[in-house]
Amino acid sequence: MGGATVTAAPTAATVPPVTGEPTPSGRDRRPRLADRLSGGASSRWFPYVLVFPLALILFGYVVQPMFATFAESVGVDGVANYTEFLSGEGVARSSLLTSLLISAASVLLCGIVGVAMAFLLKRFQFPGRRLIEAIILVPAALPPLIGAISFQLLYSETGILPRGLQQLFGTENPVLPFTGIAGVLVVHTFTMYPFFYLAASAALAGMDPSVEEAAYNLGAGRVRVWRTVLLPMLTPALVSASLLVFMTSLASYTAPLLFGVDRTMTMQIYINRTNGDLPMASAYASVLAVVSILFLLGMRWYEGRRSYRSQSKGVAAHRREITNPFGKWAALAASILATVVLLAPVGTIALVAFSADGSWTTEVIPSAYTWQNFVTIFSDPKAFQPILNSLQMSLLATVGCVVVGVLIAYAVRRLDFRGRALLDVAVMLAWALPGTVVAINLISAFSTGNAFSFGQVLIGTFWIMPLAYFVRFLPLVFRSSSATLAQIDPSLEEAARNLGASWWRAFGTVTLRLMLPGVAAGALLAFVNGVGEFVASVLIYTSQTAPISVEINNRMYSFEIGTAAAYGMLQVVLIFVVMVISGRLQNGRSASREAARWSA
Amino acid sequence: MIDVTLESVSKRFARAGDTAAVDDVDITIAAGEFFTLLGPSGCGKTTTLRMVAGFYFPTSGRIRFGAEDVTRRPPNKRDTGMVFQNYALFPHMSVAQNVAYGLKIRKVGRADARRRVEEALGQVHLAGYGGRRIDQLSGGQQQRVALARALVIRPRTLLLDEPLSNLDAKLREETRTEIRRIQKESGTTAIYVTHDQAEAMAMSDRIAVMESGRVQQIGAPREIYHRPATAFVARFIGRSNVLSLPVTGGTDDSVTVGLPDGGETVVAAPVGHGLRAGETALVSVRPEHIGLTSTTEPGALPGRVTELEFTGMATNLIVDVAGESVQVAAIDVPAGLAVGDQVGLRLTRERMWVVRP
Repeated sequence: MGGATVTAAPTAATVPPVTGEPTPSGRDRRPRLADRLSGGASSRWFPYVLVFPLALILFGYVVQPMFATFAESVGVDGVANYTEFLSGEGVARSSLLTSLLISAASVLLCGIVGVAMAFLLKRFQFPGRRLIEAIILVPAALPPLIGAISFQLLYSETGILPRGLQQLFGTENPVLPFTGIAGVLVVHTFTMYPFFYLAASAALAGMDPSVEEAAYNLGAGRVRVWRTVLLPMLTPALVSASLLVFMTSLASYTAPLLFGVDRTMTMQIYINRTNGDLPMASAYASVLAVVSILFLLGMRWYEGRRSYRSQSKGVAAHRREITNPFGKWAALAASILATVVLLAPVGTIALVAFSADGSWTTEVIPSAYTWQNFVTIFSDPKAFQPILNSLQMSLLATVGCVVVGVLIAYAVRRLDFRGRALLDVAVMLAWALPGTVVAINLISAFSTGNAFSFGQVLIGTFWIMPLAYFVRFLPLVFRSSSATLAQIDPSLEEAARNLGASWWRAFGTVTLRLMLPGVAAGALLAFVNGVGEFVASVLIYTSQTAPISVEINNRMYSFEIGTAAAYGMLQVVLIFVVMVISGRLQNGRSASREAARWSA
Repeated sequence: MIDVTLESVSKRFARAGDTAAVDDVDITIAAGEFFTLLGPSGCGKTTTLRMVAGFYFPTSGRIRFGAEDVTRRPPNKRDTGMVFQNYALFPHMSVAQNVAYGLKIRKVGRADARRRVEEALGQVHLAGYGGRRIDQLSGGQQQRVALARALVIRPRTLLLDEPLSNLDAKLREETRTEIRRIQKESGTTAIYVTHDQAEAMAMSDRIAVMESGRVQQIGAPREIYHRPATAFVARFIGRSNVLSLPVTGGTDDSVTVGLPDGGETVVAAPVGHGLRAGETALVSVRPEHIGLTSTTEPGALPGRVTELEFTGMATNLIVDVAGESVQVAAIDVPAGLAVGDQVGLRLTRERMWVVRP
């Protein structure tokens, strides 16, 4: 190597060559140390300075409580709590089986509904299609408790539909009521089919139509194209949706609660906890945690494999027009029916919110209407307290989620350090753990003083609530921040650094500034989920810290259904406001992208 | 304006196993020079540039700006101006805000900064574009904003990482002339990274040709073209036939080699080539330095045409000479010449050159 003009290293005698780990000579040490301190992201140990506190937070509030729960479960009774899962006819074993069975059935039902909807809406053109596409996610957007209540009000034995049919046909009993496991499955299907719908729609949209055309061109018939091209290409999307639905069903707590299915894992956790048997509740929580983690790992492994998204720009898939006149009418009727079904839960809550408490006994729909419920929840200080609690606790949790979530997203996406995958998994762990398990973990960890609670007992205090929300919704902020960060070219930050900006300045003026829409969307999501939170709250609230959802549950128990629904409407309105704002944030981004495309 | 020195610089990435991305590189770039790192993708040229910018620290070796050791200095303390391959313009700032970013960090006064931004935009022919949003600019305009942003801080060195690769062919040629003009005017030392040898030839004072993390040759464009140090350089810069020929004798700066037809010829070689009779020499001869003639001409190498491709200006042929495929670019081709015909090849002896493997 080297031509005539290559310079040899002439200063080798005065400056020792640096090999591997730098061992600076005394003369060089001071300036270099100063450089390193201000070196920011490019210095070798900077990542650890940023990551250490983040890792500590995740360990302290996600991982360590999980171990505390396990310790609790074996602390007094040894493995006795676990052997119950193995014995023939124990509650534990049948609960586990019921949970798994409900989850499997949910996957099947959601898969059928979700994929069918995706195909109908993405591949066919018919009247009402746009409307349905706009409202298709409405049932799933409801907060978990109010969602389950709305289905109970609609389809259970005392529900509007069975009673309406009873009156219509003049039968003795309500017609087609959903009770027990069937009721749970209805709730699951309506609230979880979007996982399949969204995954299948995205896969269909990302699919190059020329691939399908190529199959037709080579002589394949419609059925064969379906079997050999379309379904195989959808497989990755369907597998990840299945895993998601399975996990979410397993974690589901409100549906079994409202439809009285006691033998599920989540219900057993709740029942054992309220009966004071924390070790047994911990055993259930540990088993549920292990199953959830296995699913999380399975999902990550599967997502790491290749998906069939095509790269070519191609032409957009065109929708097939339904031309057959009978089909047209059928499609129209189905559209109207679908619209009614999709909007019925929200409609029911809205209707009941205006009903006078105690006015609804055996009628199909409430008989007396009033504004009073809304007046009560805002003017009665005792009734207003839960609203205040929810807002306050969600806001606190959201601030925490934003600070920690954004930094973790940055660390995972942009920094190179040992244990990066571990940090990523720890955040996703918080997401994979069911709300009930998160609550039990926090109870186990913080019912005594602990280094991470600065020696304070947190159970029975206000702080345990925002902490639970923080753990549960941190992944939401992390995910949306991380997704936005993936869209931002790392060289932007390098350009700022090159122009003289310190790491903090480059991060603040460029990276964070560009992440803002994603961070804001994630923060709104975390906040709104906090306001709707029920599953963890119900295990750890005190009478002073009861949030809206717990209050709804309590009012339902004391048959103040109207007031309960009024609280529910408040949550629903908040959710729709947030959905609109998030939509704006998304549109703002795509609008500037559009502008870029037109001007280029 | 400052000279830049790389002293036995190596870079190994933790995740990439044992292979060095940059392996023991020694380069001295003179103040005001336009210096190009040229090589195929993955040769280590961008890694080298990023070490000069401070985005990577060398695993071993030193980097100096003038007498100053900047080896481990963070990028924001180096005072270099970098133009990124994708420009890396801040999408949330206007053109003027982009250009002013570095000035703001340097705490240049508002009036002064505004004047310098105007000046820099004028220099890249974008006067009056200050208020535009980045996404309202064409690719070429974005490229020039990136250049203005790097130049306005009056950097000690200008670093350009394949800045033309996202432009179309015509714009690329215009812009490279522009960059060269602006660099000359400002007198800034420039380090330019490209994989396009024509670009490197046209713009550079000197070029370092890199391959697999190592510098193959450093020299002026002409020197690299006419006197390639290695077979890789000969093939990478333009096209070349590298023939393995037996050495029968030689002097300090030439060797005598045997030709496939049994003849012999004297070929120029670098001083101290060390080749002895009985060894094999690698002789580079470019396609355009081989003439077509009849098989009967004395001294011509006889061969058979195996491929023939008319490109307009020249005809590219591949001729099989005693089992070896030789590329020929001929301006004049006998009418009716076809694949399978026997031809004679006349090598331009004074253009042949011995290279190292």
